[in-house]
Amino acid sequence: MTELRYLAPNTLDEAVGAFAAAGSAARILAGGTDLLVQMRSGALKPGVIVDIKKIPEMTAIEQGADGGFRVGAAASGMALAEHRSFGKVWPGVLEAINLIGSKQVQGRASAGGNLCNGSPAGDSVPALVAAGAIVTVQGPNGRREIKVEDVPTAPGRTSLKPGEIMVSFTLPPRAAGSSDAYLRMIPRTEMDIAVVGVGVNLTLKDGVVTAARVGLGAVAPTVLLVQDAARALIGSKLDDAALAKAAAACSAACRPIDDKRGTIAYRTKVAGVLLRRTAAIAAQRAAQNK
Amino acid sequence: MNVVTNNKWIGQRTIRPDGVDKVTGRAAFAADTNMPGMIWGKVLRSPHPHARIKSIDTSKAEKLPGVKAVVTARDIVDFPIDKSVMLGIQDMRWMCRNVMAREKALFPGHPVAAVAATSEAIAAAACELIDVQYEVLPFVIEIDDAIKPDAPILHEFNKYDGKPSNIAGKLEVKKGDVAEGFKQAEVVIERTFTTRPVHQGYIEPHACLVSVAADGKTTIWSSSQGQFMVRAMTAYLTGLPQSDIRAIPAEIGGGFGGKTIVYLEPLATILSRKSGRPVKMVMTREEVMRATGPTSGSKCTVKIGARKDGTIVAAQGTFYLQAGALPGSPIRGAVGCSFSPYDIPHVLSVGFDVMSNRSKVAAYRAPGAPIGAFAVECVLDELAEALKMDPLDLRLKNAAKQGTKAAHGPVFPRIGYIETVEAAKNSDHYKTPLGKVSGKLRGRGVASGFWFNAGGESSAQVNITEDGNVVVTTGHPDIGGSRAAIANICAELLGIDYRRVSVLIGDTATIGFSNLTGGSRVLFASAIVVTQSTEKIITTLRERAAKIWEIDPEAVKWENGAAHPASPNAGEFPPLTLADLAAKAPAMGGPIGAGVQLNTEGAEGGFGTHVCDVEVDVDLGIVRVTRYTAVQDVGRAIHPSYVEGQIQGGVAQGIGWALNEEYIYNKQGKVDNPGFLDYRMPVCSDLPMLDCIMVEVPNPKHPQGVKGVGEVPLVPVMAAIANAVYDALGKRFYALPMSPPKVVERLEAPTQQAAE
Repeated sequence: MTELRYLAPNTLDEAVGAFAAAGSAARILAGGTDLLVQMRSGALKPGVIVDIKKIPEMTAIEQGADGGFRVGAAASGMALAEHRSFGKVWPGVLEAINLIGSKQVQGRASAGGNLCNGSPAGDSVPALVAAGAIVTVQGPNGRREIKVEDVPTAPGRTSLKPGEIMVSFTLPPRAAGSSDAYLRMIPRTEMDIAVVGVGVNLTLKDGVVTAARVGLGAVAPTVLLVQDAARALIGSKLDDAALAKAAAACSAACRPIDDKRGTIAYRTKVAGVLLRRTAAIAAQRAAQNK
Repeated sequence: MNVVTNNKWIGQRTIRPDGVDKVTGRAAFAADTNMPGMIWGKVLRSPHPHARIKSIDTSKAEKLPGVKAVVTARDIVDFPIDKSVMLGIQDMRWMCRNVMAREKALFPGHPVAAVAATSEAIAAAACELIDVQYEVLPFVIEIDDAIKPDAPILHEFNKYDGKPSNIAGKLEVKKGDVAEGFKQAEVVIERTFTTRPVHQGYIEPHACLVSVAADGKTTIWSSSQGQFMVRAMTAYLTGLPQSDIRAIPAEIGGGFGGKTIVYLEPLATILSRKSGRPVKMVMTREEVMRATGPTSGSKCTVKIGARKDGTIVAAQGTFYLQAGALPGSPIRGAVGCSFSPYDIPHVLSVGFDVMSNRSKVAAYRAPGAPIGAFAVECVLDELAEALKMDPLDLRLKNAAKQGTKAAHGPVFPRIGYIETVEAAKNSDHYKTPLGKVSGKLRGRGVASGFWFNAGGESSAQVNITEDGNVVVTTGHPDIGGSRAAIANICAELLGIDYRRVSVLIGDTATIGFSNLTGGSRVLFASAIVVTQSTEKIITTLRERAAKIWEIDPEAVKWENGAAHPASPNAGEFPPLTLADLAAKAPAMGGPIGAGVQLNTEGAEGGFGTHVCDVEVDVDLGIVRVTRYTAVQDVGRAIHPSYVEGQIQGGVAQGIGWALNEEYIYNKQGKVDNPGFLDYRMPVCSDLPMLDCIMVEVPNPKHPQGVKGVGEVPLVPVMAAIANAVYDALGKRFYALPMSPPKVVERLEAPTQQAAE
């Protein structure tokens, strides 16, 4: 029987060293809500597990003087929910992260794990894409920054290089009149996996959209940044024509598959439906953020 | 018969005896028992839906360090095809081939071999070392494909119309002459419906621990709906005499019919016998979903004719049900129950048992009845619409009542079907307008349902403890509150506090034969034997008091937990309580106890009528049930909370079946959603409060008026929801589940005539 080694370093340097040294047999353990399930099902048999929760930076949640946030990649959904200001500044990102699994899972699951798992249906990812979040990774050659949308490369795959560990997310300062929202379609009311997920981040001035980003999940091999949808919204007052154009852009961006969770036709339609609904919520929140 | 009338405990919501253990985690389920020296069993399963097994080489697995025993079909007792051996509704010819593939592997997940080793990991690794040579054969999953003339045939020996066929059987019930009946009809509706296979979805996977001693004496700890079924099936399949097997029922984490057959126990018994070690086996969820019985997928055609005044004159149903890889789909339930709520002069109901390359079905809550009722009750809804009648009025007009002869044979005694329809009609729910909500469409639907219920063998032993309390032992695993209800009944009869009565489920060595928990039979049957045992004890107590008082036993009455002189003429004596008489027992003839064993009769069918409101998000195709009222004739609610629990549980399962649950097969014939993520049962937040209205029309043939209540509540649900969805959308769904992609597809489809 193969042996499993468990390491729980206290510093990132140690963690990167151990992770890089162990090569492809190693896996990072944050909340473990994907990793342990994959191990139990027999899908994955790692030789080394590097638990990064003992590294303070990995779970820290900090708001800078400019109002921007730095969120440790292993910070749990519940820690974010309980943070005094995060949910007020990034309600869409928070609601997306809080949709990962059940209440119990929320005590462990993290946005970093959700992103590194590489699933196109990960709930936090479209919201983080819409937010314009940047991730910091550290590897044997030091630190570098990547846009969230550039992290997933294919189902289950990311652009992280061997030995690299995702450290934190940086969310930009919030302008007045901006907010975000995330909606997903699931057949049930909870405990389910997104058939389509849409994150929308808007800035409005005098009722006119001055900035917009749209993230779209579960409709392609990776989560998408839908720039055509954002362009359709920018400059509009979110009138029917603009929303229709943005919804059409989301549907057009879809490259879904027919599978047990939904058909191509269904996912394509729902991407547009959710864009309209999510944009409406984001706009309403933005109007209150003076 | 001694009808209880004082009702101190019967009808009370007493604290359930299994509650504390279940809430605190102390309850011992099947996987909770361990033994010193125990080893682990694992099953090697067929990857193919259909393949001839050419050879099995286990030599490499046997050489792996830690492996203690290997089992293949050679170790299981063979029941040759030409001779049927029945155990209840199961035929051992099929059971022996289901627990271990014999000539052929018949579905992906079909056991081919089993290994016991010192760890689960070693057992799993050993399974991978077993070399099975398969000749892969063409397979068939769906009913339409399985009954085509050129379909791949699962069993060449099975003939229908003289030719090899996948149709394993046909069942027909008939009343009057339907051809004549339809001539009298002024409105006729005929529709075809399909439903997908759905799983019972019990939380606890199948598990067992088996220890075979050197002398062959065997102890089985397992979770099942019948320890005597476990004993008998294991005896048949291993060749052990039943007297050498002691089957101990674990607390059960859900069954719903799915635990009325065995999968692991015979394998673990043989592995234990070969290895000399206790063997534990626990299925994974994936194994449960791939290899244990869901219920049938179906294709049903129902035709109903009525006069313009709403009188139904003829009804015809044809029900094709998937059996899975071996014969035995629940066509009896579909054929027999579907038209039973109605008094129809001409009925023809025919069922076909269709085999295909998926796991063998097991019973699921009113097996077959919900499938048939879905078709019948949806057609009735269309008929009511065509006749411009309220759908409940149509049902009232044609309702079965005392004296109605059901197509499947019986003439109903006093039944409560009409009362359920009237209660539904008078309910706050039915009287409250639907109202409107922005962005969504609302609708309301109704449906009725029937289940046979059952009696059968039951044993009880009631003993008075030395300190004057009571221990009742029965032989049916408690999956629906039988212990709580029996405590109420026994306390009522003895006139003592229910907390002084402990009710236990005995194992096969400590209580007499009791048929399995199924058919909504348990409280009906065990209440009879417990009542008779308790009455014997009361007779003994009166005799003892009479002896002490030196009066005639007839002059002693039992009241409020004590013996009293029946009248002043009998003399004046202070009462003798149960505790007094227990204390005096050694000197007065010895221990006090009584047991009764019976094949109980007089179970009467149960009826229910449901009202359902839905709200449909038309852009996303999501149907949500927003209000639900289930009315049921429950005979007598001995423990109302448990009766409501049964009703709510049945409705919850029906909502899942209607809206999202289905087995999805990939192109290779394998189940593509073998887990609770993609096999979508409802979660709590999917359901509104499920309101229950209990109508009590006591069963005249039962001492407490009990009727089975566990299965009826699933029967009407899918039709009630489908009818509500039609009311919301103006489009009828003839196929389940009504999942979001299917609802959107239907809404976007060009308007067309629905199913012919």
